[in-house]
Amino acid sequence: MKDARSGVATTDPAGTPGAPEAAVPTGPVPSDATGTRASNQPRPLRLLAVGATSAIVRATLAAFAEEGPCTLALAGRDADELAAVATDLAVRYGATCRCVPFEVGPPLDASAWLAGCVEAAGGALDGVIVGVGAQGAQAECERDPSALRQLVEVNFTACAAVLLAAAAYFEAVGGAGRFLCVISSVAGDRGRRSNYAYGATKAALSVFAEGLRLRMRACGARLVLVKPGRVDTRLTFGLDAPAAMNADPAAVGSAIHRAVREGRAVVYVPRFWRWVMLAVRTLPDALLARLPL
Amino acid sequence: MSSGVPWRSLPLAGWGNYLQARCPTFRPERRRELLQVLARGGFRTYVCRGMGRSYGDQALNPDGAVILMTRLNRFLGLDEAAGIIDCEAGVTVADLVRHLLPRGLALPVTPGTQHVTVGGAIASDVHGKNHHRVGSFAQAVVDLDLLAPDGRLLRCSPQQHPELFWATLGGLGLTGAIVRARLRLRRLETAWLAASYRRLPDLDAALAALADAEARHEYSVCWIDCMARGAALGRGLLLNADHAPRSLLRGPAAEAPLRLVPRRAAAVPTWLPRLLPRRVVAPAAVAAFNACYYRRHPTGERLVDYASYFYPLDAVGGWNRLYGRAGFVQCQAVFPHRQGGEGVRAVLGALHAAGAACTLGVLKRMGPESGGLLSFPCPGVTLAVDVAAFPRLAACMDAVHDAVLRHGGRVYLTKDATLRAEAVRAMYPRLAEFEAVKARVDAHGVFASAMARRLGLAAPGDAG
Repeated sequence: MKDARSGVATTDPAGTPGAPEAAVPTGPVPSDATGTRASNQPRPLRLLAVGATSAIVRATLAAFAEEGPCTLALAGRDADELAAVATDLAVRYGATCRCVPFEVGPPLDASAWLAGCVEAAGGALDGVIVGVGAQGAQAECERDPSALRQLVEVNFTACAAVLLAAAAYFEAVGGAGRFLCVISSVAGDRGRRSNYAYGATKAALSVFAEGLRLRMRACGARLVLVKPGRVDTRLTFGLDAPAAMNADPAAVGSAIHRAVREGRAVVYVPRFWRWVMLAVRTLPDALLARLPL
Repeated sequence: MSSGVPWRSLPLAGWGNYLQARCPTFRPERRRELLQVLARGGFRTYVCRGMGRSYGDQALNPDGAVILMTRLNRFLGLDEAAGIIDCEAGVTVADLVRHLLPRGLALPVTPGTQHVTVGGAIASDVHGKNHHRVGSFAQAVVDLDLLAPDGRLLRCSPQQHPELFWATLGGLGLTGAIVRARLRLRRLETAWLAASYRRLPDLDAALAALADAEARHEYSVCWIDCMARGAALGRGLLLNADHAPRSLLRGPAAEAPLRLVPRRAAAVPTWLPRLLPRRVVAPAAVAAFNACYYRRHPTGERLVDYASYFYPLDAVGGWNRLYGRAGFVQCQAVFPHRQGGEGVRAVLGALHAAGAACTLGVLKRMGPESGGLLSFPCPGVTLAVDVAAFPRLAACMDAVHDAVLRHGGRVYLTKDATLRAEAVRAMYPRLAEFEAVKARVDAHGVFASAMARRLGLAAPGDAG
């Protein structure tokens, strides 16, 4: 499906790119002291976003697209939804977007898949955002080992495969000025009764990302580990907890974008979660068991 | 039965906070989730809600469920050459201004706040300060996609399903869920307006000045001091404006004529109403404020940026909370030209007699009707008044509505919170036509709201 007007095309990893749309300048490019300097980066910025239909990733892409022209490779499972996200970003910000299928489950030759994404993003990648994740149902994971296996696959194994391929790519082409952004969760900071299966997958992802960050130092690429707290999305809408705790996805996206630009290593979004999780991590079991967490 | 789309019970209110209700609320994030809600949501009736800027119970449905449409807000396509934007109904006017104004494109009709969804603008057939020139929001709609309760998606326009199109424009969401629309845009050279402000000593002067401005200015409206009585009744400030051509700009604005001026908006905290006394606004205080505003507001001509001219109240987020927990109502009525002056006097008289505190008062001339079966605008003079809630408000509003009917006028349903069912039939002669269209598209009355029940607009099949 191709829309010449907005430069959106769906393509398989070996497909042909669509017609790029003229980018709309939206303002001066900010400069910063550390991290991936926007002013040093060649424009258009070329990004790969895995899990691009999620509210957080969409908001992060919007924040990048607002900064200046970019070419985005959007990877996800739902082709229709991906195309809608692509068109939306193209119309709002003039970003050139191409869609790439990404499905967890079938064995993935990650490096070949990534090569397709690189081409979709215009021949090189300046950044990779990995935001794939499923909430999982705690009760079902406790009952059914295959549900747990599936959750681990989606939240950890698939993400790890993509990250390894991206790391190899950055090592090959040189990582200076490039970044990886991994979206984990505060749930990975400590196992809690209500969501320890989900928390475990996110904890695995966090530790993996921490190690990968050290590996990336050699080639100069940065890795930002993002730990959102409760975000106001479909996942939290039906729950009873006070809505005031829920962060607006647009604010989360801006915070992630700012963290990447500032070169931060670990960022809790919103910031107060750093202190909440510090408290939760240090509580003895007896106390934690009494809290409705 | 479960739709798989989560819902929660939320305390919702009209913008006036006068009418509130706890409603089961869905918030679909994708079109197919909306379909799932309608098919298997488990409630008898639904109403769609956007940004909640209607003043009363238009988007409340405690007897059924409310569907928040704000997450269905993708842009679907922009044809810059033809000036047509294609978007989901949850896109707001603020989104359109933010992304399109820098490209020199704007809505030809904009309401007084940016925080309105496209779906809401259609359902209310909103109008702006240029109604006398351009008409209402209907003029901007090329076509719209309506989701009927049985899941059919109907593309409606003046050419396709015209009866459904004209029932949906101004139809308060009662014909179905508006999911998408194509809007035509106008071109702007700059994001600035050349505005002029003039003081007017009384109502006759205001009406004469508005009539005079009609041919000469694109945008024309009058703020009036609703608390003034006697000889000063209807005194106010005339605000005229036209889009500024590039030649009028100087300095940094001239270099970036379409750049939006960033506004630092204050916001009234959500918890404030709980701290305030139940009724905050005293008539004497309002009278004093109005007198001060009338005398001290600067007059003359100057350049004003787009957002400051069109959306002045958006500078204070949640300003409706300043009215405290009792809230306020807005009465907006339009009178035919020959009855204009008397109608306005009668309404103000009824408000004064009841001792109401009327804060904001706006007077404007309106142009031809759009064709929407329940659309508010028609040729004449419209008065909009914010009235702080007080114990005798219901009786006061009954008197106001009687005055409106006596002078051949009608009330804007989107602003209303107190109108009676008998009155609406007298005010909207095409109501029977609307009900016939609704009965065809929504035979079981799936789309219903608290307002529809109050005004007797619900389809016969709806017992709730």
